[in-house]
Amino acid sequence: MEDFRSRVEHERPYLLRYASLQLRDAQAAEDAVQETLLAALAGESGFGQRASLRTWLTGILKHKIIDTIRRVSREAPAASEDEFDALFDERGHWIEMPAAWADPGASLEQKGFFAALEECLKRLPEKTARSFMMREHLGLETDEICKELAITPTHCWVLLYRARMALRECLTKEWFGKS
Amino acid sequence: MMLSCKQVTRLLSQGLDRDLGFTERVKLRVHLAICNGCTNFSEQVAFLRKATAKLADETSKP
Repeated sequence: MEDFRSRVEHERPYLLRYASLQLRDAQAAEDAVQETLLAALAGESGFGQRASLRTWLTGILKHKIIDTIRRVSREAPAASEDEFDALFDERGHWIEMPAAWADPGASLEQKGFFAALEECLKRLPEKTARSFMMREHLGLETDEICKELAITPTHCWVLLYRARMALRECLTKEWFGKS
Repeated sequence: MMLSCKQVTRLLSQGLDRDLGFTERVKLRVHLAICNGCTNFSEQVAFLRKATAKLADETSKP
């Protein structure tokens, strides 16, 4: 038992990191991780060595994160005219065509790249970031995200679209444009 | 009817979140065959997915 406790505790920094990325609120992240560790220690028998400890804990944490999101997120802003329309002319063609990024695969090996990505994520509006992270970080399906955020699928696709447009622009400027 | 680049970016994004219909996929393919800008865009949003999935692991490394 003591051994299990210390192994669980050992995963705390990882879990905290994971929760912070999703919740963007240090206190909420801390709470979610705390609840996860308590649930894990109470349910040790549920961890049958099937999965790695980290995978098992992350699974519990995902549920705690979703609970948190459900508690704090109930407002549904209107899907307005898209801010990214400005990138296109009146016929819908690019005003400035996206240029290829230089060797993006190599960026995945660089710490600086992930710092830039995180910075770009921080600049997104709250709800846009949340839906994007639920999709790409937690790996939820669109209908689950709609349900949790109480929005329609169409609104959900608009949010995900905005997130990708903004992140693509931001990374082009902050990472791939430099060097 | 050809899709505009703006419509293509929306469909490409949705293609990461839902199954596109046959007609949508054909229209996308026709457009991408002749448009470098949208082809680059397509690769970049796919890359965003890959990078974001790796984010937690990368940033928690010592």
